Amino acid sequence: MNFFETFLNWEVILRIYPMLMKGIGNTVALALTIIIAGGIAGVLICLFRLYGPKWLRWLAIVYIDVFRAIPILVLLVLIYYALPFLGIRLNGFASATLALGLVFSSFTAEVFRAGIQAIPKGQTEASEALGLSFGVTIWKVILPQAFRIAIPPHTSNAVAIAKDTSLASVVAMPDLLKQATDAQALTANPSPLIAAAIMYLIVLLPAVRLVSYLEERFRNDGKAA
Amino acid sequence: MSQSALDHTPNATAIQIEKMSKWFGTFQVLCDIDLTVSHGERIVICGPSGSGKSTLIRCMNALEEHQDGKIVVDGTVLSSDLKNINKVRSEVGMVFQHFNLFPHLTILENCTLAPMWVRKTPKQEAREIAMHFLEKVKIPEQADKYPGQLSGGQQQRVAIARSLCMKPRIMLFDEPTSALDPEMISEVLDTMIQLAEDGMTMLCVTHEMGFARKVADRVIFMDQGHIIEQNKPEEFFNNPKSERTKLFLSQILGH
Repeated sequence: MNFFETFLNWEVILRIYPMLMKGIGNTVALALTIIIAGGIAGVLICLFRLYGPKWLRWLAIVYIDVFRAIPILVLLVLIYYALPFLGIRLNGFASATLALGLVFSSFTAEVFRAGIQAIPKGQTEASEALGLSFGVTIWKVILPQAFRIAIPPHTSNAVAIAKDTSLASVVAMPDLLKQATDAQALTANPSPLIAAAIMYLIVLLPAVRLVSYLEERFRNDGKAA
Repeated sequence: MSQSALDHTPNATAIQIEKMSKWFGTFQVLCDIDLTVSHGERIVICGPSGSGKSTLIRCMNALEEHQDGKIVVDGTVLSSDLKNINKVRSEVGMVFQHFNLFPHLTILENCTLAPMWVRKTPKQEAREIAMHFLEKVKIPEQADKYPGQLSGGQQQRVAIARSLCMKPRIMLFDEPTSALDPEMISEVLDTMIQLAEDGMTMLCVTHEMGFARKVADRVIFMDQGHIIEQNKPEEFFNNPKSERTKLFLSQILGH
């Protein structure tokens, strides 16, 4: 067996190609679910953290700190293997969504908090002086400006969490990595792993580029959109 | 701004402040303030920095909370009741030292936001009102630009127009020309003079003594949280009574 037959075996890759496609489909679906659900939850938690009644603020702080501190893999294993003892049985996809979503939402909350706190106090004062309600002030004045500040680091976190979806293979979720390792076992050849790595790169390289682009674009902020 | 001042009854009380005090922590910024402002009156408030003049007008629309005494704005008592506060705020316009325009919205959107969301004015009508007041402050051609593309003087005129779009009965100005380059001060003062001539009730914290002489009905001098002296402009400038007022005037007029 030469190098190509071992690591880039086209016969093998073609045979397990459908498996890998199913895997990348699952990975992308998992990543999008986490980014959307975790993103929305994160913004809400950020608002609780900044504007909620005192008890809710403290709760938000505890939430954010705990889920930023705990290793994702540990959380995932807890949810998948420990929760069943409480009668809560989640499948691989649900476990992975929950674990990564909890972590992603806490990072999102912090990024948006920094964004909101970077907005000058005069903005809130101007809306208050105009008689705008709290809700309209947040929705129309604060969040749009916070988004501009938070989007580059938020996108960066989103790419990071998309990469971490590969941890879901540990809980039998048929994501790209799990499919690739299964295929490797099936064919007794590591080519599927190489193919999977390349597929990750195809999806994530443009995402990393996007982060750089957004950082560049939003750097001179406050000017015209 | 004839529209906004149409229905005010002359000499009716616009703002009444009785024995009002305010503290920042343990530091008392305002001490036993008594002040009555009639509708249509133009008042200039001056004094050294830290005298409490900005804080005083910020109390009038509850941007700052007062701890003691009573403030009545246009018949509404300012308490911690949010409903009252929002009612007062929608009738009292405020212009800030640093303009505080919304940088992510166009000039026109800056002007239509509050009418649409507070007054529930339909979008088209809100735009017409906005254009009307942008013409008043002489920058209708900037309507589709963003605040960052305008000069300081233009931004401050937009800020005035934005307030006027709510058709306020009272306008508060918190050092509106202090952050401007010298050559832009007059365009903002001209807008304010025009507003005064239209009969708007105005309270201006400013050191523009030329403006005070020209439009003020009354000049109020504050120091260390107290109203030291108040008088008609000519009396105030030519014949100041207290030593502190004399000192202050010599400092700001003496160069």
